[in-house]
Amino acid sequence: MPSMTRIYVPADSAALALGADDVAIAVAAEAKRLGVAVEIVRNGSRGMHWLEPLVEVQTASGRIGYGPVTVSDVAGLFAAGWLEGGVHALGIGDPAQHPFLARQTRWTFSRCGIIDPVSWQDYTAHGGGQGLARARALGAKATLEAITASGLRGRGGAGFPAGIKWRTVHDAPGDVKYVVCNADEGDSGTFADRMVMEGDPFALLEGMVICALAVGARKGFIYIRSEYPRAIAVLEHALVVARANGLFEDCAIELRIGAGSYVCGEETALLESLEGKRGQVRAKPPLPAHHGLFGKPTVVNNVLTLATVPEILVRGAEAYAALGTGRSRGTLPFQLAGNIKHGGLFEAPFGLTLGEIVDDIGGGTATGRPVRAVQVGGPLGAYFPRAFFDTPLDYEAFAARDGLVGHGGVVVFDESVDMARQARFAMEFCAAESCGKCTPCRVGSVRGMEVIDKILAGRDVDANLALLDDLCSTLRLGSLCALGGFVPYPVLSAVRHFPQDFRRP
Amino acid sequence: MAWDKERAAGIIETYQHLDGPALPVLRALQLEFGHVPDEAVAQVAEALNLSRAEVHGVVTFYHDFRRTPGGRTDLKICRAEACQAMGADALADEARRRLGIDWHGTTKDGEVTLEPMFCLGLCSVAPAAQVGDRLIARADWPKLEEALLKCRR
Repeated sequence: MPSMTRIYVPADSAALALGADDVAIAVAAEAKRLGVAVEIVRNGSRGMHWLEPLVEVQTASGRIGYGPVTVSDVAGLFAAGWLEGGVHALGIGDPAQHPFLARQTRWTFSRCGIIDPVSWQDYTAHGGGQGLARARALGAKATLEAITASGLRGRGGAGFPAGIKWRTVHDAPGDVKYVVCNADEGDSGTFADRMVMEGDPFALLEGMVICALAVGARKGFIYIRSEYPRAIAVLEHALVVARANGLFEDCAIELRIGAGSYVCGEETALLESLEGKRGQVRAKPPLPAHHGLFGKPTVVNNVLTLATVPEILVRGAEAYAALGTGRSRGTLPFQLAGNIKHGGLFEAPFGLTLGEIVDDIGGGTATGRPVRAVQVGGPLGAYFPRAFFDTPLDYEAFAARDGLVGHGGVVVFDESVDMARQARFAMEFCAAESCGKCTPCRVGSVRGMEVIDKILAGRDVDANLALLDDLCSTLRLGSLCALGGFVPYPVLSAVRHFPQDFRRP
Repeated sequence: MAWDKERAAGIIETYQHLDGPALPVLRALQLEFGHVPDEAVAQVAEALNLSRAEVHGVVTFYHDFRRTPGGRTDLKICRAEACQAMGADALADEARRRLGIDWHGTTKDGEVTLEPMFCLGLCSVAPAAQVGDRLIARADWPKLEEALLKCRR
């Protein structure tokens, strides 16, 4: 019997949306026609999305990548001898040596795109499970200390130190506690959570179990958005496999699916939603760490935060804390999106400048026109002009320039963008997604749209710009959560950095 | 599928034991029947020991739940910033013009319902859309039309 060649065809959503299923079918059909034995593995994505579908062949001398592959390329790839790593115009050599990947420091994404996401054997062969073993050996107290010492901060956007949150839940009285994974990744320009869940779901599950052991919880929930059908399917599969392999001996984990509400990514709205209610924000305090899901002490952490935990325990808290800059320790998996030539996922220590990210790593715009604005941190993040390209990616550095790192989404716009329209959209989005609980957000967002409409129509522009500024102060200071509280970031940054767009001839 | 009280009762029973069962129940009903009608609100309220007002509040809060049936296939076009940066607004305008419907509208033949959506997580390969279960990156009208035709077959 001839030996079987492994061929990796990603089943990450980005690859699927670019035709990866059809490519997988074509590869299988052509192999059959030629009488060669191949095993097709549906891996996650390496994060080089402009090369998707990026097909990799396991050759005697390692993995060789080809991309972007379309159905019509498949016969030619076989003819070029790709099973032995043959030369072809689409060949990129060993993907790990590609400059985009070679420059990265991968912790959270160390396995993503490499393994079969739902193979426990693949997972453990690539270091999976060792973090949990380490946590068990350390015990709860030392695990909490390690997470605190690593400097890991919540990757959902708020950047709250994970160790402190965990300790608060650990110290809270009560027998029933919960771990909740916030997988409601609603920010435009972000897809890192999705990629982990589709490419290395066991890392997330392992991180949740470690958290549960550390804080004394026996039940965990993953709240995932309904807009991620592929991630839902992979997680459902992964839960079954993980259960069969004994991962949930100490803590049961349940998957819950959202229903299309952006504000449910806010942790207290998420908890309300999990309880089966309208996704309305709760006033804080009490904090979820004291009074969370069903009134019990609850850790709410983002996917990336939890998925990084096992790797921190394996490689050591000191090694993680040694990376980064200022108070932003470790790595940030940021996401290059929008009008960008080399879009995808790039994990690196905090501290790269916005210019390095957009121009060097991202290669500028996809359209080839000059970059005009970059929105970092999702729909509530500020729009930065080129003049701010020296800003390092670091929570405090962005805050100092009235921006936010958020969940690490970097959305690039070329010179055709109309910043007044973008400002209006921010208000429109806030109005559509406001939970309605607090007046500044519910009413202020609608008034904000109206004021910007007047500015767009050229009516009393100075007075209305002053009114917009005032309204944004009310939203910023008076809103219950970040939706109303942060919408001034995109709006006022657009006004400040692109004033000409608000003064129409 | 038309509303079926017994079938709905079976679905409710499947999820009733969960902690905070309302969303899983409503999601399952939405998937099964394509909408969550008033009858469902009363039935879910009774089964879960909630007031009708509470269930109504939940159904109307979330974008995924429809009160009335939509078309056979949903066409969802992302309207968020990353897709805007790659021409999503123009794509949406073209889709609305070609289909002759606005957001949330259904074509006269009952085939297609057009829904806006905010982010499929395909922001690096924008603009993004979804036709039925199929995800579409770097979407343009010919790609959407082809996917819609496949659903029709």
